[in-house]
Amino acid sequence: MRQQLYAEWTKLRTVAGTGWLLAGLITLTVTVSVVAAAAVSCTSAGCNYDPAKISLFGVQVGQAMVAILAVLAISGEYSTGMIRTTLAAMPRRVTVLAAKAAVVTGLTLAAGTVSVLASMMVGRRILLDNGFTRGPGTPMLSLAEGPMLRAAFGSVLYLALIALLSLGIAAAVRDSATAIGAVLGLLYILSILPFMIADPVWQKLLWQLSPMNAGLAIQATTHLSTLPLSPWAGLGVLAAWAAAALLGGGLLLRLRDA
Amino acid sequence: MSATAPHRAVRGGFALLLRAEWTKFRTVRGWVVATAAAALVTVLLGLLSASGSHQSCDGVCPAVPVGPGGEAVEDKFYFVHRPLEGDGSITVRVTSMTGQIRLPDLTPGNRRVISGVVPWAKAGIMIKESMKQGSAYAAVMVTGKHGVRMQHNFTQDVAGSPGGVSKQSPRWLRLTRSGEELTGYESADGRQWTKVGTAHLTGLPAAVQVGLFSASPGDLTVTPGDFGGSSAASRFAEATAVFDQVSLQGPVGGGTWRPDDVGVTLNPDGSAHHPGGFKESGSTYTVTGVGDIAPLSDGQQIENTLTGVLTGLIVVIVVAVMFITAEYRRGLIRTTLLAGPRRGRTLAAKALAIGLVTFVAGLAATTAAVAFGEQVLRANGNYILPVTVFTELRVIVGTAVLFAAAAVLALAVGTLFRRSVAAVIVAIVVIVVPYILATASVLPASAAQWLLRLTPAAGFAIQQSIPEYAHVLGNYAPSAGYYPLAPWAGLAVLCGYAALALGLAIFQLRRRDA
Repeated sequence: MRQQLYAEWTKLRTVAGTGWLLAGLITLTVTVSVVAAAAVSCTSAGCNYDPAKISLFGVQVGQAMVAILAVLAISGEYSTGMIRTTLAAMPRRVTVLAAKAAVVTGLTLAAGTVSVLASMMVGRRILLDNGFTRGPGTPMLSLAEGPMLRAAFGSVLYLALIALLSLGIAAAVRDSATAIGAVLGLLYILSILPFMIADPVWQKLLWQLSPMNAGLAIQATTHLSTLPLSPWAGLGVLAAWAAAALLGGGLLLRLRDA
Repeated sequence: MSATAPHRAVRGGFALLLRAEWTKFRTVRGWVVATAAAALVTVLLGLLSASGSHQSCDGVCPAVPVGPGGEAVEDKFYFVHRPLEGDGSITVRVTSMTGQIRLPDLTPGNRRVISGVVPWAKAGIMIKESMKQGSAYAAVMVTGKHGVRMQHNFTQDVAGSPGGVSKQSPRWLRLTRSGEELTGYESADGRQWTKVGTAHLTGLPAAVQVGLFSASPGDLTVTPGDFGGSSAASRFAEATAVFDQVSLQGPVGGGTWRPDDVGVTLNPDGSAHHPGGFKESGSTYTVTGVGDIAPLSDGQQIENTLTGVLTGLIVVIVVAVMFITAEYRRGLIRTTLLAGPRRGRTLAAKALAIGLVTFVAGLAATTAAVAFGEQVLRANGNYILPVTVFTELRVIVGTAVLFAAAAVLALAVGTLFRRSVAAVIVAIVVIVVPYILATASVLPASAAQWLLRLTPAAGFAIQQSIPEYAHVLGNYAPSAGYYPLAPWAGLAVLCGYAALALGLAIFQLRRRDA
């Protein structure tokens, strides 16, 4: 397994896009979070916004970079034919996928931590400067308090799970354009469907099924009781999606001709 | 002979290029299937969300009145009136406007009512075609926070002088009728009159109703939703106005004033829910009213059947990007450029081909989605806000143009990047993601509106069928289906981006080696 990991790391490290994508993840996440935090205005009665969700808003855009990184890690090999060399050198296909998953997850965790921490700190500063309070007389949670830590830590995990989900889908679909379309469709379109359906039962069900909505429940620090899923259960839904995608992708990789 | 050959090639050139591109598209089975799937998904998701919307009333839903312009209206107010049979005028002095507003309950079931008037509470004088809800009218009024206004036929509103009324600074109002022409005046002292506006009510019969009215729309509060978006709630509010110095001129019949609580909601036991009222003491008249005289925005909008468009767009973007990047991957681009050495024209032909294909597929999808979606919505008891045929056509055809413009933009981005993944991501991030962030996230409304002004997602504005009215307070946020740009302006932004990207792509294609 160490050799496979080393091989995958070398491939990912030497492809031109990786550095740009990770830089893009950090820049996009922080910039969008800052813009969102700056756009929040509060009344004297307090703010109706969730400070964690606002200061981590950029994750919703930054995740696209993670998706590209993960999709390219495998479908890039299909488009160049490299995959045949890879599988000839490392015939245990599931191990190859596992090594790819480990390398991509590691990179995502590292860059994700930087982007989440930077967004959280800058976002909180801006919100405080704008006079953000949770209500009359209640100050904003500090970063070290339970819910905020959970939101930050959970957002990093969220990004890693998005990477695994994208990798699994790309392994199953192989073509890069189709894979990226499928991943972004699954994330963004499924997240908006609940808002388009008036029926409350369907709405709740679709919300719980949507990997993006359910997964981002981990960022909620206010109105927890009104969420259709608890934060960790929400992240669990995304983990289930990622596991299913990896399993399906791994099976297809094993069964099919390259 | 040989000298004429290049000329012929140039003349027949573009049509041939277009035909070549069409042949390339139609012979790749995956692209044809994907385009058909995009259309199918657009229709099916639209129908799914339509079938998820149910509405039921106790017994039969009350008919919604329709105004002279064909729009659904709320026509609910207290009217103290007399018949006027011909030309004439009414003059009054308004000396006070007060009211009460119900605030959100702090403890459930415990009503909190304060005194005050909502910004668009209105009271004044009116000439109305008949007592039928939705019939033509013109009125001059004082309002809660917007000064004197002259409004007619629900959608039209002209501002007079600002400021409220009180015993110390009363407001004189006059409305004269001459045939179909109605003119409103206001005055601070009853001697110096200024014209507020005129209204032309086509087909106004000789016999109309003239009188005093009062109405107050509910108090609107908008709260951001917990999962994103926002929700608006409207609570009971009423307005009471005191009139004196009432004088009528012209052939006024009837003898006495007749009070009518127009459009009042009835409780199950038949009594009025939040009734208005009328008191006459000497020459002073006090009129209390609840409701509004304004276009209605409560109901399903036809664009609610187009929820599948977003998913269809992603498929279209993928196909459009692959239409060019596949050529780079397989080396076909070299053959293409050999056959059509004028690269700008070749790419233009490609853009036209993919644009036409997606326009036709999109048009089929949006037509079916709106037609069937409306039927499903109606079958589920929903009220669909009526719109003109032109508006419906604009929504259907405009959305097909949206598909085509998105495809051209994606093709151009694909040409610039030459790699499918980067191009698909960029196209989705600039077209689809801003729309999602603006309509279904915790982003504040002002930021959401900027997203829908500046990004290609502005094109979704073409779907808005019910306009925003400045004289009606509403939750005009992107999450409620209101766009910051006018429909065609929004689509123009998207088309501008597509044209710009295509121009850049042509420039790069000519400069670069293939």
